[in-house]
Amino acid sequence: MADPGDPDLMAAKSARRKQVEGMVLYPLDWLEERSGLVGGIKYFLFRKVPGDTGWAHTLGSATLTAFIVQAITGVILAMFYKPSPDEAYASIQHITNDVTFGWLVRGMHRWGASVFIILLFFHMARVFLYGAYKYPRELNWIIGVFLLILGMFEGFTGYLLPYDQTAYWATVVGMNITANGPFVGTLMGQFLQGGPAIGSDTLARFYSLHMLVAPGLIFALIGLHLYLVIRLGVSSPPWSKEAAGDEYIEREEPPPARAGLVSPATRQRPQP
Amino acid sequence: MESGPGDEKTHLPSPTLWPIGFAIGLAALLVGLIVSWVVVAIGAAIAVVFGLLWVIDLSHAHGGAEGEPPPVAEAAPAGAPPEAPAEPAAEPERFPRNRFLEGTTLGLGALIGGLIMVPSLGLVAASGIEGQTFKDVDLGPLSNFPEGQFIITTFVEDPAAGEVSRRTAYIRYNGLLGELPSFTILSNRCAHLGCPVQPNGPVASKPSEVVVDKQGNVVRKLTPAKPAGFGCPCHGGQYDTEGNRIAGPPVRALDRYEYSIVHGRLVLGSAYSVAKVKDTGKDAKIKKELLHNPGQHVEGPEAWLWPIPEIRT
Repeated sequence: MADPGDPDLMAAKSARRKQVEGMVLYPLDWLEERSGLVGGIKYFLFRKVPGDTGWAHTLGSATLTAFIVQAITGVILAMFYKPSPDEAYASIQHITNDVTFGWLVRGMHRWGASVFIILLFFHMARVFLYGAYKYPRELNWIIGVFLLILGMFEGFTGYLLPYDQTAYWATVVGMNITANGPFVGTLMGQFLQGGPAIGSDTLARFYSLHMLVAPGLIFALIGLHLYLVIRLGVSSPPWSKEAAGDEYIEREEPPPARAGLVSPATRQRPQP
Repeated sequence: MESGPGDEKTHLPSPTLWPIGFAIGLAALLVGLIVSWVVVAIGAAIAVVFGLLWVIDLSHAHGGAEGEPPPVAEAAPAGAPPEAPAEPAAEPERFPRNRFLEGTTLGLGALIGGLIMVPSLGLVAASGIEGQTFKDVDLGPLSNFPEGQFIITTFVEDPAAGEVSRRTAYIRYNGLLGELPSFTILSNRCAHLGCPVQPNGPVASKPSEVVVDKQGNVVRKLTPAKPAGFGCPCHGGQYDTEGNRIAGPPVRALDRYEYSIVHGRLVLGSAYSVAKVKDTGKDAKIKKELLHNPGQHVEGPEAWLWPIPEIRT
């Protein structure tokens, strides 16, 4: 048996190891050198958070996960759904009863909608109770409020799509509540229902709002929300031992991603 | 002064009580909308005064406390003399041609964006502006409607729109008023939030009369009934046989339809709203209002919260 401390063996191993590492790292380095994506993702995932963050801080990610589930199942449902008054209900029946696992995907989307809203409220409660909405994170709270409104709007527009009696009359009630807004309420109600009365345009309009307009806005606002989370950092809980008013310590420049492997030579300013 | 992650100074206004006065003013204004104009005026005055004080407070706190140099005006007029040399220019010197090109790029971009967005958004918004219309609907010979009982009449309002425009009206023949036949025609749209109201009491003492067209589509369906009133299944609004609200959340009586009699046939016209009907049957005194969305008052001080009716042609 070879001596593990044998320098020759070590050298051989490390040579092979280096070769394997190179095979793995080469594509990553190629990508990093041309896009900075690897460093960007590392910056996003391996940022520092306060030591006493806990499970409550995962509610935001949980909400995001619920939204991604909604997006994926929604795209799949859109492949089978037909947004016209004559076909909508039948296509929902088809999805539920005939399509393989259609019942499962529809169920995930239907129940996931509630999960999304519930998690939104839990996340909001966490932020409120921890005081995490305070300076300098007020703007992120405001973005969150818009996300909440858009989430509820998704629920409202999605409710019509099965086009059964419950869906139809619940939507009539919802649109008439809108129409009860003072002064311009009537215009808003008729705008929402896509015409002077609820009809075939209403369903198509709700479908478009539900799967194009609102999700697009939600994606954009989530991007902004996360940008601010990364820029401002995660707040400590109110009981944190690390007092929030500590002296600011200038941290050392973090080493660049994949330092020493692909870092281009430092360019010198041409001397006159 | 650049403020980055390393800038640990908080930029917060100090606590102030002005917003409380501002909120009281707004609340008084909203209450005044229902109570009286005087309260509106007082509320508005309070809100404006306290809002101004608040803004002044904020601007003092922002400008004074920091001792920062005032921010450089972003777009100095092109002809203005350059800034004092003591302050090193944050941006490199700009030339008129540079500014012109920037302005042109932004202007052209805005123009192209506008050309695309205005028609698109206009198309979307138009649906809210068009307003409700009603087509005349033939409901068959007058003999369909015996005196003194309601006929639950279901019909297609607009054949082009098809099944989604199927509506229901409760129609009662009241006998002759002078020489002309008098009808009470109630819309089944609840005046609370638009659910379909149902007759209270036994419905089909006789089978429904169903009229079918050549393709086999149901044109109209007439079911006799003698209800004691009408009730809404959604939130429990109750109406009497004249459509007046007697209980629950509705804000006015049931809407009614205009009608005409053409060659001995009953023809349905537009719907209109009614706050409350006095007397009954052919003696009913009805003050016709423009058709409004369910839930909107058509009479009294609240009515001016909803100046826009559903029919606007």
